[in-house]
Amino acid sequence: MSAAPLTPVLSRGWDHERSWTLDAYGDYAALRSALRQDPDEVIATVKDSGLRGRGGAGFPTGMKWGFIPQDPTQPGGDKPHYLVVNADESEPGTCKDIPLMMANPHVLVEGVAITCHAIRAKKAFIYVRGEVLHVIRRLQAAVEEAYAAGFLGADVFGSGIDVDVVVHAGAGAYICGEETALLDSLEGRRGQPRLRPPFPAVAGLYAAPTVINNVESIASVPCIVERGADWFASMGTEKSKGMTIYSLSGHVKQPGQYEAPLGITLRELLDMSGGMRDGSELKFWTPGGSSTPLLTAEHLDVPLDYEGVAGAGSMLGTKALQLFDQTTSVVRCVLRWTEFYKHESCGKCTPCREGTWWLVQTLERLEAGKGQEGDIELLLDQCDNILGRAFCALGDGATSPITSAIEHFRDEFEAGMHTPAWDLFPYEGSTAWAKPATDAAKGATA
Amino acid sequence: MTVTKGNEPGTELADQNLVTLTVDDVEVSVPEGTLVIRAAELIGVEIPRFCDHPLLAPVGACRQCLVDVPDAGNGRGFPKPQASCTLPVSPGMVVKTQVTSPVADKAQHGIMEFLLVNHPLDCPMCDKGGECPLQNQAMSHGQGETRFTEKKRTYPKPLAISSQILLDRERCILCARCTRFSEQIAGDPFIAMAERGALQQVAIYENEPFSSYFSGNTIQICPVGALTSSSYRFRSRPFDLVSTPAVAEHDACGAAIRVDHRRGKVVRRLSGDDPEVNEEWISDKDRFAFTYARQADRLTRPLVRDPETGALEPASWPAAFLAAARGLAAAAATSGVGVVTGGRLTTEDAYAYAKLARTVLGTNDIDFRARPQSAEEAEFLAHAVAGSGLGVTYRDLEEATKVVLVGLEPEDEAATIFLRLRKAWRTNGTQVVAVASHATRALEKVGGQLVRTIPGDEAKALGEAGLAPGTIVLLGERLARVEGAFTTALAAASRSGARLAWVPRRAGDRGAVEAGCLPNLLPGGRPVADAEARADLAAAWGVASLPGEPGRSTDDILAAALAGEIGALLVAGVEVDDLADPQAALDAVDAAGFVVSLEVRASAVTERADVVLPVAAVAEKAGSFVNWEGRRRPFEAVIPVPHALPDTRVLAGIAEAAGHDLGFRTPEAAAAELAEVGVWDGARAPKPEVVPGRAPRTDPSEVVLDTWRRLIDDGRGQDGDRHYQATARPSVALLSSATARAFGVREGEEIVLRTDRGAVAVPAGIADIADGVVWTPANSNGLSLLGILGAAYGAVVTVERSVPADEADALSGPPHPHVPTEEDEQ
Repeated sequence: MSAAPLTPVLSRGWDHERSWTLDAYGDYAALRSALRQDPDEVIATVKDSGLRGRGGAGFPTGMKWGFIPQDPTQPGGDKPHYLVVNADESEPGTCKDIPLMMANPHVLVEGVAITCHAIRAKKAFIYVRGEVLHVIRRLQAAVEEAYAAGFLGADVFGSGIDVDVVVHAGAGAYICGEETALLDSLEGRRGQPRLRPPFPAVAGLYAAPTVINNVESIASVPCIVERGADWFASMGTEKSKGMTIYSLSGHVKQPGQYEAPLGITLRELLDMSGGMRDGSELKFWTPGGSSTPLLTAEHLDVPLDYEGVAGAGSMLGTKALQLFDQTTSVVRCVLRWTEFYKHESCGKCTPCREGTWWLVQTLERLEAGKGQEGDIELLLDQCDNILGRAFCALGDGATSPITSAIEHFRDEFEAGMHTPAWDLFPYEGSTAWAKPATDAAKGATA
Repeated sequence: MTVTKGNEPGTELADQNLVTLTVDDVEVSVPEGTLVIRAAELIGVEIPRFCDHPLLAPVGACRQCLVDVPDAGNGRGFPKPQASCTLPVSPGMVVKTQVTSPVADKAQHGIMEFLLVNHPLDCPMCDKGGECPLQNQAMSHGQGETRFTEKKRTYPKPLAISSQILLDRERCILCARCTRFSEQIAGDPFIAMAERGALQQVAIYENEPFSSYFSGNTIQICPVGALTSSSYRFRSRPFDLVSTPAVAEHDACGAAIRVDHRRGKVVRRLSGDDPEVNEEWISDKDRFAFTYARQADRLTRPLVRDPETGALEPASWPAAFLAAARGLAAAAATSGVGVVTGGRLTTEDAYAYAKLARTVLGTNDIDFRARPQSAEEAEFLAHAVAGSGLGVTYRDLEEATKVVLVGLEPEDEAATIFLRLRKAWRTNGTQVVAVASHATRALEKVGGQLVRTIPGDEAKALGEAGLAPGTIVLLGERLARVEGAFTTALAAASRSGARLAWVPRRAGDRGAVEAGCLPNLLPGGRPVADAEARADLAAAWGVASLPGEPGRSTDDILAAALAGEIGALLVAGVEVDDLADPQAALDAVDAAGFVVSLEVRASAVTERADVVLPVAAVAEKAGSFVNWEGRRRPFEAVIPVPHALPDTRVLAGIAEAAGHDLGFRTPEAAAAELAEVGVWDGARAPKPEVVPGRAPRTDPSEVVLDTWRRLIDDGRGQDGDRHYQATARPSVALLSSATARAFGVREGEEIVLRTDRGAVAVPAGIADIADGVVWTPANSNGLSLLGILGAAYGAVVTVERSVPADEADALSGPPHPHVPTEEDEQ
């Protein structure tokens, strides 16, 4: 693959004046053209485009839509269909849906309307993370504009098709990003993951067939309808088609969202973002948020698509590239993430609930330099007892940073048996206001 | 209980779709839909578990039951261990449990270690210690040493989530059995999980207690000691208890229970496990109301009234037998003896009364109905109930298309039926219809519909209930107050193909019918009026003949005693306030020349009796009840108390002192004889023919009284446990908004219900109830409607808006609520 240029599609107008308004966005031409098509034709187009879920798991979007029972004699076929957009972006490091909804909410709303047509849903819910009130307001305003313009509501564009969209604010629980917990929360219950089967495609929201898609997946639909599956599939790699938003954060000169074809490498992204901050070098990074096993500088040329990152032993996840330089203590970083998982564990299943409680205390000991012999083996065994044993993927995610950190930086955990992490890596050294790294700090990584 | 669906008795395994899979290298065939955890049980492998409960929907929360599934039946295995409690079997599936899979074994050990991370090691002082699934499974599937040395989560303990149920959050492993039970089984979702992560906890809504008639079941299914009861907490260790299977004596459901006693004292009761009857659930009344037999007023010695002083003096048993025998024999020889037995007797004891009345006292003046009764009811019982064996069953309820409740409030009056109706509705879509003045919360919890009626109009309303084949009609005890109800129900059932069942309220009612404690019925369903039946029984009893004249009902016996037509009364466990006219009953007891009372505790009758014979409480004797289904529920004595004799033994003593041989002295022998006497196979008694009546007419100042006894109320069988009594629902007088408006009454305002006997003041509640009707509990908060008003179901009472100041003191009002104190614990 040649040096991948940026391919701003979703982020195209982000720098336009009042980009979030309908005036700046356009007239929902993709929706207009989709409504002229048979719903199955729209599903086929999305299938052909190769669009895969942008929320992390990478499940083919068109296939997911195809699971919705359309035959009234099938289980759930006689019930109304729902589209639920998962806008509960909470994964540490992940920052793509929120800026997208902030700068270009109409692309999501248009995508929602097209998807509703495709899956024969009359009602869609956008479940937005509760803390981002500014985004909720912006999205609500966009939905209002779309209603006023006749792009939503009854008989859109005279097609006889009704589409209603509800913007729903969550209450700020990470678990509600898990799709079945999101459904429970949307129904007014405590957000805890549901037992599957039945799967949401058969019995989801209000026990009716439901499609749940990530914001970016749905926002990618209008451009596919407008410019064709072939155009979309021309970007990306063999099995990971299209463009996506990579969000860079951490010790990088220009953090932010970079929309590029799937398969771009971190080295290329770093080139575009001005590289690591002055005097620093990449120590480790996450490819897709804290739930994906961390990688190191030796993985700079791994293609950032679903297969490429998996091949490197991690996951593409949400493409949240958090970059850490040599001033960062891995132990401390992993502890902070683990504290997050402990705080956000919903409590339903034992391994996640109790495991994260225990992991934090073990890691705290290592951070303070009070680790005991066998602590590393203990951590690995705790992770082994959580991974694949928990009710949902949150438990698995909690173990990824720990096991991968030990794999790549075992010596730092061993140092935790005698030396506090803050002695090895003075914490002010990794702050944004720290002076360029000194030789002393560099030497401490040894 | 670990019955898998399709394992019902009588269902041939071959009839079902069987799925064959391999568990730990053993091939096993199980009905389709069986969960792996149950399939493993069938080959003798117990997979450890906490959240799993066979009667609750699978949840997969605790993850303790992880197994390895190398082949899901499609040639592919699961990459991760699977929770066997949520995984249905599939053909060709290969399952490896902890027995054959190191992966499963390690996974289970890992979960067990996590569960113990935040569990206090207070087993030595925990009530559950010794019978604790966590303790047991930590021993069998855990490691001996902990690797967790850090901080555990702590909470103040315990937290009272009701006056009876205490929550110790530190011990809770968050399996959610209790919350799922309350939501799914009881329909009282008043406890729920709150917070998250390790701080997740069972919670009640702020200041709203866990108010459920079935709350005690949560203690029993809690796999740790997180839920305990105020009455049992710190009372005993499980290994110091002696456990005896028994049958609950508070209603006609026949629920299987387990009674635990220590040093001759019952300390707790648990639900038994009977899939055909109560499954694994009992009401709080069945669980907590057991201290009545050890109250201070317990009778311990025979008492005989001294002819000179007129006082009751302790006497020896032989002297008491002799005194009773003489008095009864003298009356029997002249004016006759009336026998009133009440509904609390075992079948065997009832049989002893029935036989004594006919063979020693020579009378059919015997009636178990110590409550409002009717001749139509007696005819109905003789025609349709007595000797009919097992009729409509709990399983029939579960499988019925429709169940119609007439004169029966299942949650208050037959709690096990309520739970089965809720299950029927939830799993089978059974339609429940209540013919009543209003929809109770119980009716909502069984998804039921109301056919609205005024007390007295049930016969007419039954026509609107839509009976059809597959419908079951449950008739309650209150219908004895509704003219023509039984007649109409019988006719409607035979017309429509619906089935009928009579659901009495007391444990001994159905047994008393079978034993012949009715003026028109001999044992085994033999009609008194049938000469052949009498001759048959006389031959079995070895007597020349039996009295052929039908006897008097309870009301008539008492009236006759008052009029001097009956010289003596033999009274078993009877509370006068249960009778249709309590004052008249007391007058009758006073008027009777000679009264013998067999009682457990002192009562208004024993105070007036000439001979008082203390008898054993249910836990102290063997016997049986026959539940509403017609199912015999035998039980052994829980605690042998040498001086507490069963009624049977006492009656045998009286008979012998009178020169007769009753034929048996023990309940066992009585049961054997009753079985030998057998059921009458001749013509059944004719069915009742009573023209349906109508609801009483009322003046503008009057309403019709709808009432029944709440599950938890002032019944003497519930004395002695204040924590339990504090869970009783507060009294209320329900009126429709139109009726309330007519009387100028506002919600919450106290109203006065009055008859010529007295008045009670109750806070008014506005409800969707038939106009012109007031509903208020029959015996709650110190207000016995029969005792104070002489008013039963369907009576007319006047309503007054406020209490005139000069009368306020004279009114019987609710006593001050009791606040449990430390002293109560002693």
